[in-house]
Amino acid sequence: MGMPPTPYTPDPRRSQAWIPFNTRSEQPIVTGTSVLALTYKDGIMLAGDNLASYGSLACSAPRLSVTIPSYTIFGASGNMSDFQYLQHDLDNLIIQEEVTAQDGHQLGPKQIHKYLSQVFYARRSKMDSLWKSVLGGGFKDGKRFLLFVDLLSVTYTVLTLATCYGVYIAQPLLRKAFEGSEVRKIKEDWLHVLFYRDPRSTNQYQITTISAAGPTISPSLKLETEWSFAESIRGYGPQTQ
Amino acid sequence: MTSIGTGYDLSASTYSPDGRIFQVEYANKAVENSGTAIGLRVKDGIVLAVEKLVHSKLLVPGANRRIQTIDRHIGLATSGLLADGRHLANLARHEASNFREQYRAPPTVKNLAERIGQYVQVYTLYSSVRPFGISTIIGSVDKDGPGLFVIEPSGVFYGYHGAAVGKGRQLAKNELEKLKLPELTTREAVFEAARIIYLVHDDAKEKEFELEMSWIGDETNGRHVPVPKDLLDEAEQKAKEALENFE
Amino acid sequence: MPNMSAIVHPQQRHFNPYAENGGTILAIAGADFTVIAGDTRQSEGYSIQTRYAPKVFRLTDRAVLAVNGFAADGNMFVKKVKQRLEWYKHAHAKDMPLRAIARLIQTMLYAQRFFPYYVYNILGGIEEDGSGAVYSFDPVGSYEREACRAAGAAQSLVQPFLDNQIYFKNQTAAPGRSHPSHLPLPDVLSIVVDSFTSATERHIEVGDGLEIYIVLAKGRSLQGVEGLHGLRELSTQEDGERVFVLQRDLKKD
Repeated sequence: MGMPPTPYTPDPRRSQAWIPFNTRSEQPIVTGTSVLALTYKDGIMLAGDNLASYGSLACSAPRLSVTIPSYTIFGASGNMSDFQYLQHDLDNLIIQEEVTAQDGHQLGPKQIHKYLSQVFYARRSKMDSLWKSVLGGGFKDGKRFLLFVDLLSVTYTVLTLATCYGVYIAQPLLRKAFEGSEVRKIKEDWLHVLFYRDPRSTNQYQITTISAAGPTISPSLKLETEWSFAESIRGYGPQTQ
Repeated sequence: MTSIGTGYDLSASTYSPDGRIFQVEYANKAVENSGTAIGLRVKDGIVLAVEKLVHSKLLVPGANRRIQTIDRHIGLATSGLLADGRHLANLARHEASNFREQYRAPPTVKNLAERIGQYVQVYTLYSSVRPFGISTIIGSVDKDGPGLFVIEPSGVFYGYHGAAVGKGRQLAKNELEKLKLPELTTREAVFEAARIIYLVHDDAKEKEFELEMSWIGDETNGRHVPVPKDLLDEAEQKAKEALENFE
Repeated sequence: MPNMSAIVHPQQRHFNPYAENGGTILAIAGADFTVIAGDTRQSEGYSIQTRYAPKVFRLTDRAVLAVNGFAADGNMFVKKVKQRLEWYKHAHAKDMPLRAIARLIQTMLYAQRFFPYYVYNILGGIEEDGSGAVYSFDPVGSYEREACRAAGAAQSLVQPFLDNQIYFKNQTAAPGRSHPSHLPLPDVLSIVVDSFTSATERHIEVGDGLEIYIVLAKGRSLQGVEGLHGLRELSTQEDGERVFVLQRDLKKD
């Protein structure tokens, strides 16, 4: 009764809440730019360049991936470390669910899509998002499937997809060209347009497909580019007339 | 048995006056009464084979597998108490997964054998637990090439070219010694493994058994998978023929 | 003079866990039926993400839920409601009554009071007394039973229209006559379709496709609409309440 109340002094080692700064990522650091995806007659095709940017510092890194031995391919734009974390996470999932369970069940693209959306939702609800968008495609039981998940866990499936700058530059071309037949040619056209206009892109790219025959992933390819027209462009750079 | 009635066999934490731990020796007896398991480490891969004794005709064929997959590239076969084998396989899976988490690389089979050995050894130290009633064969093709290890109930583990545990281990070891294991291909080893399991099976004492076989090699893309049905059938066919010629 | 306040004060960039994915939903209750509808466009800003992402979901043979707002929260919320209804069914060997679902939804929404599901819900279906009912919710669970409700991007366009057409607001009945308290099903369906075609014209986030769910009370026939093109039945039983879905195209521009 006679004792004065002891003032509460929080122990910073015990209480996360008292750390004055937060340790969650508020923005992406090393980023990858657009990935494009579309559905074609036999399956799904994804394309993306091999550039990771640290601000304006360029590094080379693949941004497409195949989950083994599943039926899904995926590519990502946004934080590259989160992409690599996801690759690792999916690898563990597949070892757990397919390899060691030995029950003969395999995860299809629908299951992978749901799993990704749940992981993304859990992270955004902790206010600790995976700063990226994932495009994925799959082929199982004769069915094609194209998927999208982003940092807020907004999900959807459509016939043609793009991320980042590709949403504005490639997606309209994509929808228009979608009735066409030469899928790979279309892809290369988009990458051209994107490379010309997106300063955080490169002319080295990869293409991955999945169909009844299984997944394929190309080696690093190079776009042939033509810059002579740049001289005639006026109004964007330091030109005075 | 000399130990009976002496009181030195009641706990794994008690030595006998001549320095033995009877509980561990009893665990070995559990292994000796179980169907044979063998492992072959050859030029380019690993083959695991198990003589799975079928104790009831009512069992579904293929039930109670004794070969398990630990990671994409690692297989594990046990001889002894089935449930102990499953527990150890789950432990091994966790170890493999932890290894990947820490080092972002697939574990080597030596890493795993070491960890399993340590775990099994701990069960020889306390009066409150029973040592594992199994011998474990663990095999893989990893960055160091093919690797094959056996972990015994005492916790010791050794690497082998050819390994045999269980009821027919003596005869199986004799047969394995006759082979030039480092020169065989994995496919050839499948036939030898099937032949050995059929050879060591004692028709007079045990009636039914299933041959369970898995392999890891170039043909499987470095993955641990069951030997495909057609190859298994062919190997069993050859094994039966060899048995008739043998007798 | 440059604005110095931005320089003097420390700036905190904040992660926003919400998005607004457009679209509109509505529901209208009849005497012995309810109609629940939503468009299928999903957008973010000026970009259409997909032309087909359903916002209306069958929960039971007598309950349909429409969700609108932040799509990720919407999908998660519907998933959790469906899960709770499944548990209820396993425990009680019957479907949860509509008014109980409504209270359940309130509880689930309010549980997230301090990190809300950014979703506007409209629940429609048939009550245990056989009447058509619409329940509308705000994101933190405040709810009421109504005869009609619109929500979402074009709420401000559609709700006044419904007030006029369903509640007969600003309409005066002819001398000696009164407004009907409930409209027949064919009339309700045309009001729904008109609402969405108009909203599509005037709102950029509405369009692409329309999904209309119709829930009928026990024993009520489809009278008047059975011939409709593309009408699909989703009910699990024939002798109870019945659920139908109708799909229509909306303009894609």
